Amino acid sequence: MIGSRNYWPIAAAVIAALSAIVVLPAIYDEYSLLQLTIYAILSVLALSLAFIWGYGGILSFGHAVFFGLGAYSYAIGAINFGETTIALLLSMVIPGLFAAALGYFLFYGRISDVYLGAITLTVTLIFFNLASSTSGPEYRVGRVPLGGFNGIPSIPQLNVPGFPDWTLSTTELFALSVATLALVYIGLRLLINSDFGRIVVAIKENEVRAELLGYDARKYKLVTFVIGGAIAGLAGCLFANWGGFTSPAVFALGQSVQIIIWVVVGGVGTLAGPVIGCVLIQWLTNSLASLNTVNNNLIMGGILVVVVLMLPQGLVPTIARLARGRRPVQRLDAATKGLGGASTKSEARA
Amino acid sequence: MTNPPLVETRELSVHFGGLKAVNHVNFSVCDGELRCLIGPNGAGKTTFFRLLTGVHAPTSGTVKINGRSIAGLQTHQIAKLGVGIKTQIPSLFDNLSVHENIWLSARRNHGRAAANQIADRVITEEVGLGEYANTEASKLSHGQRQWVELGVVLAQRPKLILLDEPAAGMTGSDMEKTAELIKRINRSSAMIVVEHDMEFIKRIAKTVTVFNRGEVLVESDVDTVLADERVREVYLGKRMGQRHDIGA
Repeated sequence: MIGSRNYWPIAAAVIAALSAIVVLPAIYDEYSLLQLTIYAILSVLALSLAFIWGYGGILSFGHAVFFGLGAYSYAIGAINFGETTIALLLSMVIPGLFAAALGYFLFYGRISDVYLGAITLTVTLIFFNLASSTSGPEYRVGRVPLGGFNGIPSIPQLNVPGFPDWTLSTTELFALSVATLALVYIGLRLLINSDFGRIVVAIKENEVRAELLGYDARKYKLVTFVIGGAIAGLAGCLFANWGGFTSPAVFALGQSVQIIIWVVVGGVGTLAGPVIGCVLIQWLTNSLASLNTVNNNLIMGGILVVVVLMLPQGLVPTIARLARGRRPVQRLDAATKGLGGASTKSEARA
Repeated sequence: MTNPPLVETRELSVHFGGLKAVNHVNFSVCDGELRCLIGPNGAGKTTFFRLLTGVHAPTSGTVKINGRSIAGLQTHQIAKLGVGIKTQIPSLFDNLSVHENIWLSARRNHGRAAANQIADRVITEEVGLGEYANTEASKLSHGQRQWVELGVVLAQRPKLILLDEPAAGMTGSDMEKTAELIKRINRSSAMIVVEHDMEFIKRIAKTVTVFNRGEVLVESDVDTVLADERVREVYLGKRMGQRHDIGA
């Protein structure tokens, strides 16, 4: 699968996105469309971690930090400037720059995988606390008060670049989110098939060997991390648009954990898997929340345990192998690299 | 001399606590040479190898490759000086195909235009693994993996190749093929081979450097070294000398 030169997934993504954009708004009312929009937005977020973890071998336990920074950057930019084009760019540039700074210390400091997880986790918690303690009127950027735990309300909708009055309708935001998802998927697929992508995968496979060949692993990991950060920021921008407000909850631990669960359930080392994992988990979460009979988190936890034990490679790789008529080979690959001992143990039991 | 030696160490030492693992070693290898490093366990040959590859930093002294000191260089920067390194345990991109493994090596050192062509030539002609080009490296036998790694190193087209026990764990025909491969590689690159299998040394060696207790004991052509009394003594121990005649 890795290094595959097949371009049919790209064609499939284009067709799926186009038909979703054309057909779904004709079938569903605005409320349902809004529900579907969030699936697309969170899928973009899932893709960003799918790329840096599944292909770059970098497991960020605090990936939500880039998502949150994207949401806040967009909110602050959009309210300050009125026109949203710069805000949209900021929502990618600022998380990207932050990923570059953080990644520089992580990769050039040769921080090992476990500590990388701990540090990224801590960073997102710091942001959660920082954002939560900005409730006073003195905490403002430009003319936007950060709002502490309540966050920033009344975020303007994206407008068509150059036309401040032409803001996106619910249907248009849905179309934009689906198109973004498709474009991010296609972009990442092309990147993975490029020479750069093949080198990134090689470094994940064996960093020592890659360096013995003359590849500067630090540089490649940093670029991978920055790309992932910028994409997560873009998802944050769409998220701020979707809800019209943003709060420190975007930096919360649960948010980061959720992204990891999507990727684990869908399959580390694939792009389609985490998208499917994200949609499935979010749909389950929503359905369970409306039941109100059992604790939501309890069931989610149960599902995660079952998936990790029964399908250690995740849904998509398992189905792909079954479709090819082979038993899933339980090899220690990308998942082990990030999860360390935990996943090794679970695979041994499975 | 007009050309500096390809590798040169001056008064190279590394101490671990009180242990002088490598002690004032002056050593040089010229273009096109094939040099074997031998010595009993703990003689310091592997530590010396690691000093050459930048894994350990010396306590004192210098290592120059191509006239340039490698002090403070990162692994990838040493590789860019034209050094190909094969580690003792095959270090490969396990989940990638043989072709991908070797392509990655060619890609780094010759650009994308030439990479495929070089990779194909290395796989089919130089290491003879044509039928396995699309097989995952992890699915190959131990010997085949060693050859893939030799191919990976070859595809760099390095000036200097460092091999750490290339015949480790090999027997009979596998070892023979590896020896042939090394001789062929030596036509285009200088090589330093760390090895302790005497049979293998006899097949490939021209000049041999013998390490003992962190110092160079003897350095000469292979026959002289193997006939040397001191070498027999340190290598096999006095009592064992009778049973294992290494001079043959």
